[in-house]
Amino acid sequence: MANTIVRVGMASCGLASGADSVYEELSKVLVGDENTILKKVGCIGLCSYEPLVEVEIEGKRTIYGYMTPELAKELVGSSFQPTSALKEKIIYSDEETRAPENNRMAKQVRIVLRNCGIIDPEKIDEAISRGAYEAFSKAVKEMSPDEVIDEVYRSGLRGRGGAGFPTGLKWKFTRQAKGESKYVICNADEGDPGAFMDRSVLEGDPHAIIEGMAICAYAVGASHGYIYCRAEYPLAIKRLNIALDQARERGFLGDNVFGSGFNFDIEIKEGAGAFVCGEETALIASIEGKRGMPRPRPPFPAESGVWGKPTNINNVETYANVPWIIRHGASEFSRFGTEKSKGTKVFALAGKVAKGGLIEIPMGMPIREVIYDIGGGIADGKEIKAVQMGGPSGGCIPSWLLDTPVDYESITATGAIMGSGGMIVLDETSCVVDVAKFFLNFTQRESCGKCPFCRIGTKRMLEILERISNGEGKMEDLDLLYELALQVKEGSLCGLGQTAPNPVLTTLKYFREEYETHVKDKKCPAKVCPSLIRYTINTDLCIGCTRCARICPVGAISGKVKEPHEIDDAKCVRCGQCKQTCPVSAIFVD
Amino acid sequence: MLSTKQDDEQALQNIIETFRGKKGITISLLSKIQEIYGYLPQEVLSRVAKELDIPEASLYGVATFYAMFRFKPLGKYTIKLCRGTACHVQGSLLIAQEVMRHLGISEGETTDDGLFTLELVACLGCCSLAPVMMVGEDVYGRLTPDRAVKVLDGYRTDKRGEGNNG
Repeated sequence: MANTIVRVGMASCGLASGADSVYEELSKVLVGDENTILKKVGCIGLCSYEPLVEVEIEGKRTIYGYMTPELAKELVGSSFQPTSALKEKIIYSDEETRAPENNRMAKQVRIVLRNCGIIDPEKIDEAISRGAYEAFSKAVKEMSPDEVIDEVYRSGLRGRGGAGFPTGLKWKFTRQAKGESKYVICNADEGDPGAFMDRSVLEGDPHAIIEGMAICAYAVGASHGYIYCRAEYPLAIKRLNIALDQARERGFLGDNVFGSGFNFDIEIKEGAGAFVCGEETALIASIEGKRGMPRPRPPFPAESGVWGKPTNINNVETYANVPWIIRHGASEFSRFGTEKSKGTKVFALAGKVAKGGLIEIPMGMPIREVIYDIGGGIADGKEIKAVQMGGPSGGCIPSWLLDTPVDYESITATGAIMGSGGMIVLDETSCVVDVAKFFLNFTQRESCGKCPFCRIGTKRMLEILERISNGEGKMEDLDLLYELALQVKEGSLCGLGQTAPNPVLTTLKYFREEYETHVKDKKCPAKVCPSLIRYTINTDLCIGCTRCARICPVGAISGKVKEPHEIDDAKCVRCGQCKQTCPVSAIFVD
Repeated sequence: MLSTKQDDEQALQNIIETFRGKKGITISLLSKIQEIYGYLPQEVLSRVAKELDIPEASLYGVATFYAMFRFKPLGKYTIKLCRGTACHVQGSLLIAQEVMRHLGISEGETTDDGLFTLELVACLGCCSLAPVMMVGEDVYGRLTPDRAVKVLDGYRTDKRGEGNNG
């Protein structure tokens, strides 16, 4: 019987950092070792340390970061007793209390991510050994559909796609809708830039989603399911297909599941690259093979969804919560969180934070705790400026509101939204006008064009922001921008347009001064907006090493060896590479 | 490209037969066509529309709506430069500008030698490695403008993978 398990994180981030060569080396040196099992697992969430190797000996776990094939070989060579070189790579340990990430792991509650980074997502037996499909079996064999819906309702679970509608209630509407055939859809069209929560679950624990959908189908009376997954996630689609085949083989999907007479199967639909398809009515149009354009609601999909039939749509994270709730009970789930926001939320923590990654926290934790205790604070010891939550539909929460607890109502009160889980940290070197412009550029391009306010309004807003960041803005522009933002919000049919102005509205609300500095003083305090900054070389400090002249992509820097250099401002494209390469910090930006 | 013209023709015929008479197929149909040719050739779309009795306009309506569909062939390597939020705040715009300057192409264009096509994408989901780009199937993280250009030059001299440390 093997008593050592070695896990290598092989999700997208791990693979991008070279996890496959680490795995290859391990499989080579472990040939013939019957005491050790080597596994490919999904994302454990400590993304900034990839590639990761976890060693579990008799139930005790140790995680090593920044692994290389050489270190992997050393690990096996030392019979998993870390050498001094390996000791430095320990980032988490059940036994060594001072490991750097122990605190980060202790602060988290893993419901959605219960199996991510632990099981091999391509082997159903590993999921089953961790309790997968137990909840589905319990629901079908021991509970009526109404009892399942009631359990989900009482758990307090709300939609994790961002809007936060009570999941149990949504299911009830679909159950009550009249119709012979009904559908369930999993929205896996994770489109917010800077968000990868759903990808990690799809890649790391696909059975959690399949089981959640199957329970939902039983509860609402559906026999067919779709997973609408963006084509940009090829690994997720591959693993889902493997998981679906295995679930069919074991009889969890198909006709007469558990001999109960309940029939259910799932089909994957690949998205073709349109952000608006994250909106439920647009997603349905896309499944039907049409242009993904939203339509007015009512009728809601619960009454008339795909092919005009009653349809329940939830996102990946929502479904992944369901089996846990049925298995452990509504009251166990509602122990976590606040009065109105129960359970946990998964976030993709990124940006100017020291240690980004995928995290799952109980609702109600203050943002400050998330960034400092889990994320390790700001990289390079800089000052935090704001946190962007909810991507292009969300907003910037300023540093003075960092004690805001993470729950639906409190986040909405700031002007941002909970969103699907993107949490991007901005520091003093991030310009809020630039961030607002970045998101507007995105929504403007992704607007489907149906509503004039969204189609034209976002374009006009973007033009105003461009004027401001180019130093051509007027004070009236700020009022115009505000007015237009409110009109786009009011005049748009779907969530895309209704929320597109949020990044502008929140930055105008909290950082109006910074906008005014751009307009009145023609300065960008964060030194980001290219038209408002200028690079110069301090001739007293310059040692004439020529590095800057060599790296400049446009030949704007001239000077003889060992003599002070000079930047031709007319040629300079403000890429900042000279400043980064200067060994004596002689280049300044103002 | 190992497939011959006859192979392509056979594959297209198979697709037409598979989709004949089915509903809600437009997106899958177009993806299958694109799988064969690498893009959506105009004459193929006209023919498929006729054979399946779908108005040509509805094929174009869908094809122009989604970012995935192309009307021009791709270069040998597709560069997907991430313009997600995490990459943006870590300076991905400067990298995009430098890559465009270096290759002499804009977003969506292909270099004259047919080697590179540049795409700016919304998010590759590797935010902790920001700023990130993909060249073909290879992912390069923690880029600077200078390094991005060096990576691309590696593909020109076929020293692929140089600097791939994530």
